[in-house]
Amino acid sequence: MPPAVVVTDLVKQFGRFPALRGVSAEFSGGKLYAILGDNGAGKTTLLRALAGLTPPTRGIISMLGTTDLRSVCGQMGYMAHPSLLYDEMSGMENLGYFAGLYDVHNTDQRCTEVIRAVQLDPSLTRPVGQYSQGMRQRMSLARALLNDPKILLLDEPFSNVDLRSVREMVSLLTGLRDAGKTIFVVTHQASLLEGAADECVWMEAGQIASRTSDLAARSETP
Amino acid sequence: MSTVSRLARATLAKDLRLEWRSKDAINSMLFFSLLVVVIFSFSFDPTAEESRRIAGGLVWVAFLFAAVVALNQTWAREMRNQVLDAYRVSPAPPNALFLAKVMGNFIFVTVLQALMTPLFIVFYNLRALGPAYQLPIVAALGTWALVVNGTFFAAMSLRTRSREIMLPLLLFPISIPALLAMVEATGAILTGEFSAKFWIVLLAAYDVVFTIASLFLFGFVLQAE
Repeated sequence: MPPAVVVTDLVKQFGRFPALRGVSAEFSGGKLYAILGDNGAGKTTLLRALAGLTPPTRGIISMLGTTDLRSVCGQMGYMAHPSLLYDEMSGMENLGYFAGLYDVHNTDQRCTEVIRAVQLDPSLTRPVGQYSQGMRQRMSLARALLNDPKILLLDEPFSNVDLRSVREMVSLLTGLRDAGKTIFVVTHQASLLEGAADECVWMEAGQIASRTSDLAARSETP
Repeated sequence: MSTVSRLARATLAKDLRLEWRSKDAINSMLFFSLLVVVIFSFSFDPTAEESRRIAGGLVWVAFLFAAVVALNQTWAREMRNQVLDAYRVSPAPPNALFLAKVMGNFIFVTVLQALMTPLFIVFYNLRALGPAYQLPIVAALGTWALVVNGTFFAAMSLRTRSREIMLPLLLFPISIPALLAMVEATGAILTGEFSAKFWIVLLAAYDVVFTIASLFLFGFVLQAE
């Protein structure tokens, strides 16, 4: 099976600051990748480049067999550190709007499904701006799942989420992985993905420093 | 129904709903225009004849400045929580977003005009001596000219540090031909001294050219970093 994502010599320069310095990697489909590293290691930049939000200065990204990311963006789900939701609208209203962007059929049914999948109540009418941070994160994940994407790009999905909700989110993600989705999770809280991630991708100074099959193996790599 | 039209309508409905709940744009615009009307009416006391001559300029300057407030708001809403990124990663065409924003701003400015026009008439004792039926045409074409360019340049200045300053700097110079046409056409209709047809045609041509150019270029602006 060809890899779901191939990155070749990816460079991203912000002014004189190189955020990514020649990243090359192949990622197989149907796996959950934890992208780990210190602040400024280039994790978020890599994820935004994969999402097509940050055009690389140099290098090639191939996703689902094509380098034209625009043509496969309907098969991607992206969750950023901010919620990407309108604070003044309810969860259902938000998802209803975004479902339209992906031409999702049976909008109400699909919105209800994904809201329930992230353990929220679809009948909540209060605006998202009044949600707790954890609820907002989960609604944001629901938004990323709306179009039933083949590739999920998640940036810090567990920040400010309580431990019980994190476990539920991780369980949801492993379920999606088992259903054949390719999932990238950028996180500082590596321990939360212990046992769930198929591979840990460690980044340092804009490069992939190592790839390990589990968190513990990192200490063994040079 | 094409995808662009369907998504433009959905985005417009979303924007109207957000504005209805927050009233950010319309309140600021109303307050600003009201200030202009009142301050100018206190600053000088023109005769009816003088009023007709200067009203075109006065009205459009008030609407132009007020529109800038709405234009800044329209994209600021998309920048909160980086919601614009959710649109950028979706397969939705950029033109649908642009058209929705233009139509939304057009509605906001038109509502403002509907509310402010009676005040202008009262404060400046205005009465059209020319063909009054041309006034709504000038208003619609003029407003479209302002919001098309304004929406485009507001999107362009989104990622600049001082976007509130940047927008007027970009918008006002490029709007000079349209402003000239709006002011002259309005003056012609109010005074009845000359025909407004040339200025209306100029305004229509301006609208067509800048609408096409903005639609063509907006995709690049949206995807720019």
